[in-house]
Amino acid sequence: MYSRWVERLTDVSISGFLWAFRIVIVLVVVVGSALTLTQGKYSLATWIDLALNGLSLGSIYALIALGYTMVYGILGMINFAHGEIFMAGAFGGYFAAVGLAQAGLLNLNPLTAVLSVVIMIAVAMAVSTTLAVLVERIAYRPLRKAPRLIPLIAAIGASFFLQYTFRGLFGPGIYAYPAVDVLGEAVPLSFIRLRWVDVLVVVSAFVMMAGLYLFVMRTKVGTAIRAVSEDKDIAALMGIDVNRAIVTTFAVGAAMAGAAGVLYALMFRQVFFFSGFIPGIKAFTAAVLGGIGNVPGAMLGGLFLGQAESIGPTLFLDGFGVPSPNQLRDVIAFTMLVLVLVFRPSGILGERVTEHKA
Amino acid sequence: MTDARSAVMVATTRHPWGGVVRVGLLGGVVAVYLCLVGIVPTFAERPLISGAISLGHTALAMAAVFSGYLAARRAPAGNVQAVAAGALAGAIAGSALALLVVVGEVVDVRAVMLQASPALYDLLTLGMGLAGFWIPAVAGAVLAGAAAAVSILPSSYRLPLSWGLVAVVVLGLFAGLLRTPMLTGALSGVARFLFASDGLTPVGAVITFVVAIGTNVLQRRVLVRQRIAEMPATRRRALLAPAIVAGLLIVLVLPLSLGGFFAQVIALVALYVLMGFGLNITLGLAGLLDLGFVAFFAVGAYTVGLLTSPGEFGIAQWPFWAAIPFAALIAMAFGAFLGLPILGIRGDYLAIATLGFGEIIRILAGSDLLKQWLGGPRGILNIPKPIDVPPDHFLAGPHQIYYIALACAALVAFVAWRLRDSRLGRAWIAIREDEDVAQALGIDLVQTKLLAYMLGAAFAGLGGGIFSALVGSIVSSSIQLFVSINVVAIIIVGGMGSIPGVVVGAAFLIGVPELFRELSSYRFLFYGIALIAMMRYRPEGLLPSRIVRRELHVPDEVAAPGAPVNGSAAG
Repeated sequence: MYSRWVERLTDVSISGFLWAFRIVIVLVVVVGSALTLTQGKYSLATWIDLALNGLSLGSIYALIALGYTMVYGILGMINFAHGEIFMAGAFGGYFAAVGLAQAGLLNLNPLTAVLSVVIMIAVAMAVSTTLAVLVERIAYRPLRKAPRLIPLIAAIGASFFLQYTFRGLFGPGIYAYPAVDVLGEAVPLSFIRLRWVDVLVVVSAFVMMAGLYLFVMRTKVGTAIRAVSEDKDIAALMGIDVNRAIVTTFAVGAAMAGAAGVLYALMFRQVFFFSGFIPGIKAFTAAVLGGIGNVPGAMLGGLFLGQAESIGPTLFLDGFGVPSPNQLRDVIAFTMLVLVLVFRPSGILGERVTEHKA
Repeated sequence: MTDARSAVMVATTRHPWGGVVRVGLLGGVVAVYLCLVGIVPTFAERPLISGAISLGHTALAMAAVFSGYLAARRAPAGNVQAVAAGALAGAIAGSALALLVVVGEVVDVRAVMLQASPALYDLLTLGMGLAGFWIPAVAGAVLAGAAAAVSILPSSYRLPLSWGLVAVVVLGLFAGLLRTPMLTGALSGVARFLFASDGLTPVGAVITFVVAIGTNVLQRRVLVRQRIAEMPATRRRALLAPAIVAGLLIVLVLPLSLGGFFAQVIALVALYVLMGFGLNITLGLAGLLDLGFVAFFAVGAYTVGLLTSPGEFGIAQWPFWAAIPFAALIAMAFGAFLGLPILGIRGDYLAIATLGFGEIIRILAGSDLLKQWLGGPRGILNIPKPIDVPPDHFLAGPHQIYYIALACAALVAFVAWRLRDSRLGRAWIAIREDEDVAQALGIDLVQTKLLAYMLGAAFAGLGGGIFSALVGSIVSSSIQLFVSINVVAIIIVGGMGSIPGVVVGAAFLIGVPELFRELSSYRFLFYGIALIAMMRYRPEGLLPSRIVRRELHVPDEVAAPGAPVNGSAAG
């Protein structure tokens, strides 16, 4: 009798706590935004700048998130090393860019610049895909039937292995990405400030995402991937090569991450061995936001996270007088991760993934 | 399915030497990797046998030895074939290095590969440069052939030989550390004879090798183990008591005789043992993978800093002993606060959510927002030592932290050990095994998990508090992800839920890299390899608890084919 009351009490206090949690978050968002907007420190142009920045950032997160979401969809595991695959792509693109710059092609004229970027992305995709396939073969495939935490721990191991392999190969220093001059120039539009690099990032990200969507939905290989995500054993009985479908998933996700690595590095102009870790976790957040295992969800989640991270610190926190709110942009991203996991683990579009499969 | 089967058929009908060649190629990849990632050139700075063999050469030799061993097992039957297979694999692996030398000397690849320097090529060719490109291939063939030959010897020869080599490597590593304290005592002559300032002397190496082989042979002849096993239980217990006393003496007294640097290292090891015991409750017993351990570590460290520091940010200037219980309590409260919302979610999501907490706390600690209270990147300074003694007292340095951490670790171990067999502990293990079944048995999941999470948090806070006293300050850059990863790796490598496993894991993963600076820049590389290898080959850890070992090695006829080996955290 007594213990039942205790249980009832803890149940009540837990749900009460969760409600208080929701109310606090909503209050911070609403009151913070209201305060910031009424203070009128920022002009409309600033907000548009922030939103455009968030769009570029968000489309990169979306590209990375695709890899997380597809692997989760097919294997039910968090590929913790995906951020390092992204970083590896950025390194591949870096060396391609250095080579092209030495050949004098990188900044010869806008046409060669665009071609150079295409080559950089291709090299990055090749590097990332090779690494991801190797990691799958060595670290993940033998553990496919183990309890869920075991492949996750192996993935954490793979993540550190890749980080410190790159640190060993290329040193701990930060590499400054070669400048592609054309990309730094402003787009000649009077009403918004926009650099060509943002246009490049957004356009190429959307083209690649559209291509991936068609690949998954329309091609035979894509159908095989979806069938294996649905049920491995039945798919095998239908004559689908399960291992090949899984490797293809890793390869495609890694290619997207590699391309994202180059785009990210073109935006922020640097790469080093640890530079994949934080974007990786954020892209995972984006994947969860959109509903993990769901391809359009990952794109939506990425764009949403990009905006939250870009606008959020200024909009929610500046009004409270928080000093240098942009330091806290990662806090906003990670808080969103926790919030989604707690209150809507299936994500925005996540109704497709049910508990038994995940 | 038919594909898989035909693949097996192909593998068995392949040429018998194909496997050997593949081992050789793999060995070559590993050897080139060791060179290019910088392990060989960095380790080469540390001699093992003074003036003769460096640790870098040893790393490459180990690659060759492994290739030889694996090749011998894949070779067709017959002694000559086995040795030939080893030599072939070693030659192939060495040829990869030879190729590296040739390519590197002809084309300069340093623009991409930082480590591909002339110094590396000198190392590989023993100083001969391009002219000596054949040296790694020949050396690989000889070493791997020898390893293959040893591997087919009967075990009464093989094991003593292996022991001898291991003893030389280990003693060579520790030579510098052992020599310094020995030089002052009566043993200074022995120390000079065996140890150079940077490794074993050649004579010392030979002596070590012979002595190790001798003791091993003797031990096998006298059948020590068998005799102990045959003893009646009372006599065995009588033998155990002096062993325990000796162990305690080593743990308690030995650190005093070694220098301050060593004390600093073992204080850190003891601290990680303490935190490992704490996370062992959360991860080992309850199966909750907490990647945000550093959050509670930070809470404890800042609590002690704020309460004790007489400096700028201190608020109370309490003594350490009054502050440390609050470190644990406040960390526990944080554990409850952060744990309550997230403990309902599934195991792998929980890991990422806790990782998020760790990052949030890390960013907040260094942010301008909390700078006026926590000091931002400059942190809280002048945290006093727990025991105020004159500088020449034997407890003056990090020794006192070592003893405090040791005492706390013993306390935590006791708590964990008693809890494991309690009603609560069994509830944790039940949750780890299968959440759904545990719930069906009437276990309140969130409440039980919350207790495990809060206890883990409390011990992390304790660890953080002691850490801040050890360092004497707490700055935001001490709050890093690698603290969490260290503790998780200790438990995974040592064995989930196992108390001796944590001690061994901490000694290996914290102590060894701290003692050897050459190793420390590659520690996370080794962690990564260790985590993957442990998950593949020994998921229960090096020293597993009995239950975990049993559940991860279910006999095949018991486990349904294709079913998960166990259901832990898969609920």
